[in-house]
Amino acid sequence: MAVPKRKMSRSNTRSRRAQWKTTAPSLVTCVNPACRAKHLQHTVCPTCGQYGAKGERRQVVES
Amino acid sequence: MPTPTKGSRLGGSPAHEKLILSNLATSLFEHGAITTTASKAKRLQPLAESMITKAKRGDLNSRRQVMKRIKDKSVVHVLFTEIGERYADRPGGYTRIIKLGPRKGDNAPMVKIELVEALADSPKAKKTAAKKAPAKKAPAKKAAAKADDAAEVQDEVKDEAKASDVTAGKYEGSAAPLADGSAPEGFDIKGNENSMKFHTPDSPWYDQTEAEVWFSTEDAAVAAGFTKAGETEDK
Repeated sequence: MAVPKRKMSRSNTRSRRAQWKTTAPSLVTCVNPACRAKHLQHTVCPTCGQYGAKGERRQVVES
Repeated sequence: MPTPTKGSRLGGSPAHEKLILSNLATSLFEHGAITTTASKAKRLQPLAESMITKAKRGDLNSRRQVMKRIKDKSVVHVLFTEIGERYADRPGGYTRIIKLGPRKGDNAPMVKIELVEALADSPKAKKTAAKKAPAKKAPAKKAAAKADDAAEVQDEVKDEAKASDVTAGKYEGSAAPLADGSAPEGFDIKGNENSMKFHTPDSPWYDQTEAEVWFSTEDAAVAAGFTKAGETEDK
């Protein structure tokens, strides 16, 4: 079995981990004029529970 | 080599997977809509659609084929008598998946899978729709009625007050916009009749809003049936 020849230094470990970065998700504004909250695209708005395009096609998914 | 099935493998064994999918399909046809994880819903969708196609055909053989997967006879009966009939004119696409966002706990992406056009038919949906409809429409209707009443009054008022600078608006404590669309003095809150919202000068949408009516105070706007822009209905 292959094994590491040398101990990995703290410096190398931390240099590697310094590259772990998060990215902000791109959000859209809720179409519901009464809500206007930010939520993920193509997802039910968690604030008002509505989903879909404007008007008749918009439906209340969560109560 | 046979082409593998699309989507994720569910459960611990092929038998377990079959049972999961059968139970999901049973629940879907029983309730019209179910909330589940995205991967399960994506496996369920083709199974449910083919079952509805069989229900549309409606002969004994297709009923037996469905009975192999759905063990509940009453659900099969509903599927063949009600659901199949409902989709007689629809060439496929009987189900819809709506993403609900990740679940608390394991962060699994949750979805709602539902039978299309079923919203008005299922008893559960009827209840919620009945609950929500009056709650949401009532204030709008009231406001509309108020506006109608007020509009009549306003017509009379307008004739008398045409000479004065500030024309009284439709509502109490409000004023109609001046000829050039700017604010009458003392009335700096914009009211948008299309959305029934009002905007204070510090609202982010203040500049882009076209005011049909101007209010002197927030209270007057609320009394006239307007809500403050940016405030959600649910809160």
